[in-house]
Amino acid sequence: MFRLNPKLSQKLSYALLFCATIFVIIPVVFILFIIIKNGASAITWEFLTSMPRNGMRSGGILPAILGTLSIVSCAICITLPIGVSAAIYLNEYAKDNLLTRIIKLAIVNLAGVPSVVYGLFGLGIFVMFFKLGVSIIAGALTLSIMELPVIITTARGALNSVPYSFREASMSLGVSRWQTIRYIVLPNALPGILTGAILSIARISGETAPILFTAAAFYVPHLPGSIFDQVMALPYHLFIISTQIPNMPKNIIFGTALVLLMLVLSMSLIAIIARLYFRKRRKW
Amino acid sequence: MRKIIDSVMETIVFICGILSIVFVALIFGFLLKEGFAFFKEFGVINFITGRFWYPVSNPPQFGILPLIVGSLLVTVGAAVIAVPMGVMAALYISEIAPKGVRDILKSFVELMAAIPSVVIGFVGMVTIVPIIRMTFNLPTGLTAFTGSLMLAFMAMPTIVTISEDAIRSVPWAYKEGALALGATRWQTVRRIVLKAAMPGIVAAVMLGIGRVIGETMAVMMITGNAAQIPHSIFEPVRTMTATIAAEMGETVRGGMHYRALFALGFVLFVITFIVNFVADLFSGKSKK
Repeated sequence: MFRLNPKLSQKLSYALLFCATIFVIIPVVFILFIIIKNGASAITWEFLTSMPRNGMRSGGILPAILGTLSIVSCAICITLPIGVSAAIYLNEYAKDNLLTRIIKLAIVNLAGVPSVVYGLFGLGIFVMFFKLGVSIIAGALTLSIMELPVIITTARGALNSVPYSFREASMSLGVSRWQTIRYIVLPNALPGILTGAILSIARISGETAPILFTAAAFYVPHLPGSIFDQVMALPYHLFIISTQIPNMPKNIIFGTALVLLMLVLSMSLIAIIARLYFRKRRKW
Repeated sequence: MRKIIDSVMETIVFICGILSIVFVALIFGFLLKEGFAFFKEFGVINFITGRFWYPVSNPPQFGILPLIVGSLLVTVGAAVIAVPMGVMAALYISEIAPKGVRDILKSFVELMAAIPSVVIGFVGMVTIVPIIRMTFNLPTGLTAFTGSLMLAFMAMPTIVTISEDAIRSVPWAYKEGALALGATRWQTVRRIVLKAAMPGIVAAVMLGIGRVIGETMAVMMITGNAAQIPHSIFEPVRTMTATIAAEMGETVRGGMHYRALFALGFVLFVITFIVNFVADLFSGKSKK
């Protein structure tokens, strides 16, 4: 039987694997290139700071930007304290018993629920059952439950990376358990927790399906006033103008996509840089 | 005083800890509550095996078979592309690429994961869709195949990152042993590393598939949304997720159609629950 020489076989395989890697990378480069090339010309001060006009075919996207910012900031304010507390429980208090295993399984499953199912859930519980209506707060609550497993997992990783000896040293000085967590563990885990939070903000800024029936509106002629208002949101706005409105000028769609992309990617970039910075400064 | 604060804080973090269970139970309960009322009226068997989804005709038809087939077709298509590519890329990044290159490649993969699905859907609409229509000479470029292609790109970051972790956690001693016996680096990677990392890779693939099944916006924008059982992958399909997203806005709250969509959400929840459970089993195995 014909057999390839191992050296040659290695070379061929490496080349194949390299091609596969390029295939994985190319879409990112391609998407960034297309959006930036076609969208850059639409970005003007007026586009970012004025209301849409003429059935959204001209004018700006200010209400969509503010809508997304308000939903996302509400959501992170809800999910961060709960998620970090849950992580503290799992990492510092929980014993290895059945309850803990069920909690972990629940977190894994919460992370796997499709975003549109969160939308359904938010509609059923927050919009209808609690009668919050389609509003910023209903959307933020929906997003906060969706993001909870991510926050818990990253916060747990950050808490876990604080060396055990720190806790022992503190406890041996007679400091109580909570004080140890509050003054020793949390400050040391803070960079990791914050990086995770920023990445979460990036992720939920781009989510569309969960806010589809809980917060987002096709068009609102004024800026968001209270958390019980229905708002426009950037990702939903992009969906609407690229699929529902005929004869939409292309550069406005690309411009909207570029603003959304920049918002999400700049957040991610800040998180990545922060992570590198803190890793370098870490003393242990 | 200190003791009181300690026990109060312990209770608070405990409550937050079990909230995850509460939320999973609430989601399950809410979907089931709305879905159950629908199942009682329409019948589970009729719902799952019905071939026609005409929710607004008179009398309405709520057969989700075309939607299940649509989701399945798009998911299988995406997996066929994304799994081999993703695993090969993970092997390259973790075992072959020089260290400097590795970090750059990894940040690109992370970047892909960060791009919102509407943006991917939109770029797909203006680029891939016309290309598919012209290359295969079709009446429309909005097909199951187009959806599979875009979803493959979206599943690859998940598959690559998690597989890479699994490959990197293979003990050094395994590789040293193989190399010492005179195996080339590629032989070591293929016969030893790949095998040892297999449970983790399977978990990565399951999580990638879970992401594809649940993906909504990009799918809704590029698969054409025709609720019919397709004859080939070059026909438009409609997935379960896209159906919920597209129709919920137009339903009467509390009506039959509204409940049917909750029932559909329930089916979707059960499917992803199983997929994630299997993934979790395998990732537990890989940690041992």
